[in-house]
Formats: sequence, C-alpha cells, structure tokens
Amino acid sequence: MAKNTLDFEKPIIDLEKKIEEMKAYEDNLDIKDEISKLEQKVDQLKKNVYENLTRWQRVQLARHPERPYTLDYIYMMTKDFVELHGDRLFKDDKAIVSGFAEIDEYKVMIIGHQKGRDTKSNLYRNFGMPNPEGYRKALRMMKLAEKFNRPVITFLDTPGAFPGLEAEERGQAEAIAKNLLEMSRLKVPIIVVIIGEGASGGALGIGVGDRILMLQNTWYSVIAPESCSSILWRSWEYKEQAAEALKLTAEDLLQQKIIDRIVPEPLGGAHKNHDEIAKTLKAILKEELANLIKVKPEKLIQNRLEKFGKMGVYEE
Amino acid sequence: MGWFKRSKQNISPDSQKREIPDGQWVKCPECDEIIHVKQHELNLWVCHKCDYHFRIGSDAYISFLFDDGSFKEYDKKMKSGDPLEFTDTKKYKDRINETIKKSGMYDAVRTGIGKINDVKVSFGCMDFKFIGGSMGSVVGEKLARAIDRAYEQKIPMVIISQSGGARMMEGALSLMQMAKTSSRLARLADANLPYISIMTDPTTGGTTASYAMLGDINIAEPKALIGFAGPRVIKETIGKDLPQGFQRSEFLLEKGFVDLVVHRKELRHKISQLIKYMHQ
Ligand SMILES: [Zn+2]
Repeated sequence: MAKNTLDFEKPIIDLEKKIEEMKAYEDNLDIKDEISKLEQKVDQLKKNVYENLTRWQRVQLARHPERPYTLDYIYMMTKDFVELHGDRLFKDDKAIVSGFAEIDEYKVMIIGHQKGRDTKSNLYRNFGMPNPEGYRKALRMMKLAEKFNRPVITFLDTPGAFPGLEAEERGQAEAIAKNLLEMSRLKVPIIVVIIGEGASGGALGIGVGDRILMLQNTWYSVIAPESCSSILWRSWEYKEQAAEALKLTAEDLLQQKIIDRIVPEPLGGAHKNHDEIAKTLKAILKEELANLIKVKPEKLIQNRLEKFGKMGVYEE
Repeated sequence: MGWFKRSKQNISPDSQKREIPDGQWVKCPECDEIIHVKQHELNLWVCHKCDYHFRIGSDAYISFLFDDGSFKEYDKKMKSGDPLEFTDTKKYKDRINETIKKSGMYDAVRTGIGKINDVKVSFGCMDFKFIGGSMGSVVGEKLARAIDRAYEQKIPMVIISQSGGARMMEGALSLMQMAKTSSRLARLADANLPYISIMTDPTTGGTTASYAMLGDINIAEPKALIGFAGPRVIKETIGKDLPQGFQRSEFLLEKGFVDLVVHRKELRHKISQLIKYMHQ
C-alpha cells in the first residue's frame, strides 16, 4: 500500500494511520475524544487536497496502480462476459481486451485497453500499449457487434500506442487511421469512457463514438505531459507546466466541448472504492444506452459526423 | 515532432540558398552537386544528378500539379484561435503570428479546387514550414471542408501531407482533428468518390494515423520519412539502432502500406492516370 502513496496523499494517509493506531486504546475516554478530533481533521484535509488538485496531480491519480482497469470494470459491472481474442491476421494483442457482456438487460460488446498491475502482468499487457494487431482486433470486434446489432462500449486507458520497430512495420498508423474511419460510420451506438490515461492517437484509436465520458480523475490529450515537456521545453523537468498548459483534465475537456459528461469518482479517486465507481459508471452507462438504442443507424452516423465536425477553434 | 530537429535531409531549399554566396546556387545535401536555382526549379526541386527530392512548399506543388491558372484557394485566412491560451517557452499566439509573417501562410495547409489535365479535383497541401506542418484546428477544419467540397461536387480528393503530426499547443482539440477528417473521408468513400493521399518528407504522428494513410491510393515521394512514432522515440524504446531505410517510402512500399512510390516529375501524370480508373 505505502509504495503506491502519492506525495500529496501522504499527510492524509499518515493521519489515517495514526487514527488506526489510536483505536487500539479507544476505551480511554481522552483518546476517544482525540480520535474524533483527528477524524474531523482528516476529513477537512481530504476536502482541501482533493478539491484543489493540480492538473499534474490528476495525471498521477489517473495512473494510480490501484485504479480499476478494463477487466475490473467488466467483472464488477457485467455478467456472462465472453472474452474474444485475436485480429485474425497476425496475433492476439494483450494490451486490448474485448468480448460480449451483459449490463443488466443490455447485451453489449466491450473493448478496452488493459494495463497490468505488477511487473509480470505489465510485461504481458505491454503496459497497455497496443500494437497494430490490437487496433485491428478492436475493429474486428466492432464489426462483429455491428453485424449482430449490439452497442459498443470502449474503455480508454493507455500511455500510448507502442512505439516499436515491429509496430511500425505492421502499420501502426494505418491501423489507427482505419479505426477512426470505420468507427465514424459504424451502424451501432458507441460509448467511449476514459477510465485512466487517454494518450494521443493510441487512445483515440478506439475513441470515436456517440457519447464520450470521462472519469473525474483521468486525462486525455494529444501528448503526455512528460513528452510535451521534453519537446517544447527541451527537458523532462517541466511536466507540471506542460500538464497545466495542455488543459487535459475532465473539466478542461468538457469545457473544450470534446467530452459529453464527467463520471464522478469517490473522494480521493476511483482506487479508494472500486465498488462505488463501478456502481456509478454502470448506472450512467445504462442511462446512455437507453437513449442511444432508440436512435436509427443513419441518424446515429449523421450525429457522429456533426459531433466531431464541431470540434476545433479557429478564426475566419 | 520532427520540426525541432534539423537533420541533413531536413534542410529546405530556402535555407540552402542562404549558404551559397550569390544566392543563385543550391547544393544537394545528398551528393553535394551544385545546382543553379533556375535549373533546380525546372527540375521541380529534385537533384538532377541523384534524384534527391528537396522539400518544397504548397505553392510549389500547386504550380506544377495544376493546369495554369485553374487553382482557386479557399479559406486562405483561417487562423488558429489559440483555444488553450497555450504557453511554453513562448506564447502560442506569438508563435502563430511570427510564423504567419515569416511564411506568408495563415496555417499549415492550403486548400482549394483546381484542374489536373482538365479534371476538377478538390485539393489540400500541407506545409512543413508552418510550425512543422503540425495539425491543429485550422488544418482539420480546412481539410474537412475540402473533403466536403469533393463530396458535394462529386469530384476526386487529393491531399499532400508534410507534417510532424498533431499540434501540441491545441491539446486534445488537435487530436480530435484526426477523427474529424477521417469521418469526412468515410462519407466520401461511401459516395464512391476517389481519394488519393500523397505522403512527402516527413509524414508522421497523427497525420499519418488519420487522413494520410486512408487513401484509396497511397502515394509516397521517394525516400520520404513516413511513420507513426518518430525514429528517435523508437530508438529509445528498443535501445538499438534502426535498420537502414527504416520508415522510408521504399520500406513502406515493401511492407504493403503505400501503393506506389512516385518521382515528383511523374506525380501529375500518375494522379491523372489513377483518376481515370477511379472516376467516371
Ligand atoms: Zn544530389
């Protein structure tokens, strides 16, 4: 637990630990009084910290290794999940998972980036960085969903598409480009949820849809703050400034009219209470699905075209 | 974002001119041949000795691709709105205004309609000299409108890419231009109208991962750098030197991602030839 504590969370965690220790002596009235004082203090501290997070702190929360990942959400929100593998062209990319699932009365196709939680599983998942076959697998699943008229839900959580030699050889750019084109004309509803990191084209490659939702403590931008710092400031040291400049939080993106809705997280972040965030997200997804399944395919596609058509700021 | 590095291949004809005293000669960075500027222009800025393709701007492409006087430019003065009020070591607004002054362009793409051998086409051409040919809201919107003109007038679409990728200073809005342009190309494709994508040196990042790779026909100029991730990033990731010719046009041809590599002198003819088969 301690190794995953973020700097700005430390005073809170220290206090909580202290309270925990004191509870052993709760019989003593003086101590009981002291505990309740400390508990008030920790509540206040939490409010102060979490309501005033900087953009860089949000990025850190979005990367928190105890946050739920795609498969966690699938297990918590759905039943009867059937995982499906492979792009039928090259191989099965473990950085993207996919399959049919039921969210109560809705039968859907779920596709999402998948990170690992320790070194071993991270190597297996390639840290959630897909190769071209990951995007092609995702497209195959979307076409499958389209064929059998099932809505698609995608979960975005990637530090980026994998920048490797073989990825280039097998057409990383073509794979992403093709998904953008095909997703824009898919005949079934697509709901996109940013659940962690939304880094650049690697995220957008499964991110075109009718409704774009963002969890409260996630980020989505054209580049990660560290890389932006290294290019524009020519040093890795300016990641905080880069995060501020990129305006990459859920509130920022709502204001830029890129996303439609923010999914509220438990105080302190999704990792503090998996059940709560899963419950919240499930209710919201059901609400969105109920609206989208009523829309005719032609209208759905026309709306999608107009939705992305409006994005951008320019002067004439 | 290749525009921050100046490798040997990245030297434009403009900066070459300055190095030669009387301004009448340029030196080929590939074979050191000294070429007279007049001869150079007649040869479409390709080295007559070794065929090295110098990087050229949108005005140059328009000059030799289109029938004389047939090209009409649209949305010429569309300008970035600086939506994030972005500042790095410099204000984005200042960077934009300085680049407009220096380049005579308002952003990194020129769009319009013209005739190639009497056939009307909608056209977009990116320009590396404008903040590395980076794609932000203006590039996305101008290309989307150009694709719409092709769709409405039922004419072919041609885009020449020359870009380091999406523009960082417009954050996620730049990223969304990839989806915006790709969705318009989907509609064009559904109407069975041809789209020819031409990739020149360099075409990388979000540009490659959207409209540049979506041509019915993907054409590359010889030896252009074309890829998703930049070579430096890949080298750092794998911790090894990259093989000779990696991410160059001929490599992509070999791997199956471009249909053909075309010499600049053949470009106009090749476009006409392809349009003949794909349109009417
Ligand atoms: Zn030469």
